[in-house]
Amino acid sequence: MERLVFLLSTGLARGAVLALFALSLVIVYRAARAVNFAQAAMAIVPVYVAFAVTSASGSYWLGLASALVVGALLGAVVERWLLRLVPQDNPLPGIIVAIGLVMVLQAGLAIAFGPDHRPVHAPFSQRPFEIAGVGVLSPYDLFVLVVAAVVMGSLAILFNRTSVGLQLRAAAFAPETSRLLGVRVPRMVTLGWMLSIATAALAALLLVPTGLGLDPHAADVLFVNAFAAAVIGGLDSPVGALVAGLVVGVLASLVTGYASAATAPLAVLALLTVVLLVRPHGLFAAREARTA
Amino acid sequence: MSTLTIEKLTVGYGDGAPVLDGLELEVPDGAVVALLGANGAGKTTLLRSLMGLAPVRDGRVLLDGTDLTALSTEDRVRRGLALVPEGRSVVVELTVAENLRLGTCWKKGRKNKGPAREAAVGQMYELFEPLARRRDAAGHTLSGGERQMLALARALVGEPDVLLLDEPSLGLAPLVVAQLLGVLRDQAAATGLTVLLAEQNVTGALSVADRGVVLSLGEVVADRPAAELAADPALRHAYLGF
Ligand SMILES: Nc1ncnc2c1ncn2[C@@H]1O[C@H](COP(=O)(O)OP(=O)(O)OP(=O)(O)O)[C@@H](O)[C@H]1O
Ligand SMILES: [Mg+2]
Repeated sequence: MERLVFLLSTGLARGAVLALFALSLVIVYRAARAVNFAQAAMAIVPVYVAFAVTSASGSYWLGLASALVVGALLGAVVERWLLRLVPQDNPLPGIIVAIGLVMVLQAGLAIAFGPDHRPVHAPFSQRPFEIAGVGVLSPYDLFVLVVAAVVMGSLAILFNRTSVGLQLRAAAFAPETSRLLGVRVPRMVTLGWMLSIATAALAALLLVPTGLGLDPHAADVLFVNAFAAAVIGGLDSPVGALVAGLVVGVLASLVTGYASAATAPLAVLALLTVVLLVRPHGLFAAREARTA
Repeated sequence: MSTLTIEKLTVGYGDGAPVLDGLELEVPDGAVVALLGANGAGKTTLLRSLMGLAPVRDGRVLLDGTDLTALSTEDRVRRGLALVPEGRSVVVELTVAENLRLGTCWKKGRKNKGPAREAAVGQMYELFEPLARRRDAAGHTLSGGERQMLALARALVGEPDVLLLDEPSLGLAPLVVAQLLGVLRDQAAATGLTVLLAEQNVTGALSVADRGVVLSLGEVVADRPAAELAADPALRHAYLGF
C-alpha cells in the first residue's frame, strides 16, 4: 500500500513532465503537420544554457527563464532558416534534416561541454514528504506539478481565449483559408515552433535533476515516452497529450516499482500497441478527418 | 468604396498555355459585377490571382490606383480585398463564432477587441439568423447552406472594400441562394461595397448585378449591363449557351 501510494505520486510527477513534453510535440505537429524528431536535442540545448546561467549567477530562476528564451529562439531559428528551406511536399526530407540536426546539436554539445553526465541540483529537496509514515511527493515533485499545471493552463488560455491563439489554430487547420482572412500563416508556424521548443525545454529542465544528470542525450528517453503519449492521445490533441502523458508516467512508475526499470519501456510500448489497435488515430483524435 | 482595375493580366499554371491572356477589366467603386463563363473559362483562376494565389505571369492588379501585384495575400486583405473561395471554406474545426472572429483578426488594436468586434459579429448574426442559433456549433456540423452563409458572413465582418465571391450558390437550394444574393445586394447598396461575383447561376447573378462580364478562352468576350444580358436571348445564346 505504502509502495503503491509512493509509486503513484512519483508517477504523477514524472507524468506531468511527460505530458508537458508530449504537449510540445502536439503544438509543433499542429503548426507543421510533422513530428519533430529533433525535439529532444533541441530541448536539451536550452537546458545546457540554463545550467551555465545558473552556475554563473547562482539563480535557478534566471536559468529557467533563459531556458525558455533560448528554447523559443532556437525554435524560431530552426524553423525559419532550416526547415522552411526543405521541400514540404513530402515529409521525408524534413525528417532526414531533423535527424541530421539531432546529430549536429548533440555532437556540438559533447564537443563544447564534454560527453559526461553533469550532476544537476534540484531547486527544492527531493526527499519525499511523509504523511502518516508513507512517503509521497517530494517538494521538488510538487514544484514540477505546479509548474506543469501553470504552463498548461497558460497555453490553454493562449490557444482558446486569445486572438493569436485563434490564428494559431486556424493556420494549422486551414492555411489557405487563413491567409485569405489575413492571418500571417508563416509567422504562426514560427510562433508554434517557438512555443513548442520553449515548452519542451522546460520539460527537459524539470526532468534533468530527477535523472542521472545533464548530458547531450538526457532528454532522449523523455522524447520516446512523450512521443508514445502524444500518439496515444491523438497527436493533434492537447488534452490527449495531457491525459496520455499522466497515464504513461504512472504506468512506467508502477512497472518500474513492481517489476523492473527495464520492463517499463515494454509496458509503454504494449499500451501504445493496444491503443492503436483499438483506436488507430489515438484516444482524443478529432472525429472528422480533414479532407480539404 | 474602391475601384479594382485589372491590366493585361496573364495567368498560367506550369508552363502550359495561359488560362488568362492579357485580361482587362475594371470594377468601379460600388459596382456589382457578375463574372460569367463556361466551366474552365478561368473565373476561379481570375479571382485567385487577384488575391495573389494563382501564378501571375504578367500584368497588374490595382486597387484605387495602387499596385497590388507585389503584395502577399495577407497584405491584400489588409488593403481591403476579400475572397469567399469556391466550396465551403469554413474552418470545420472551429465554431461558428470562432470562424467569424477569425474574419476580423487581422485588424489592429481596438477594432479587433471587445465592443467593436462584438458589434460587427452581432450584425452578421442579424443578417444570418441560422448562424445566430448555431454560434457555438463546430463548423463540421453545419449544413452546406449554413457553411456558405458563414463564409460570406466571415468575409463581410472584416468590412472589405472589394468582395470577390466564387460560386456562392453552388449546391444550394434556390431559397438559400435567393437569400444569400439578397444579403449581398443589400450590403452592396448600404455600404458601397464593390462586388465581383463569379457564378454559373447566370439568372441569379444577373438579378443582383449591375453589369455582366463573360469570360472565354482567357479573355473578356462580353461586357454589358446585367439587364441587357439577361433580357436579350441572342446575347445569352451567343455567350452563355442558353
Ligand atoms: N491548380 C491548377 N493547375 C493546373 N491547371 C489548373 C489549375 N487550376 C485550374 N486549372 C486550369 O485552368 C483552367 C481554368 O480553371 P478555373 O478553375 O479558373 O475555371 P472556372 O471558370 O472557375 O471553372 P468552373 O466554372 O468549372 O469553376 C482550367 O482549364 C483548369 O483545368
Ligand atoms: Mg471555378
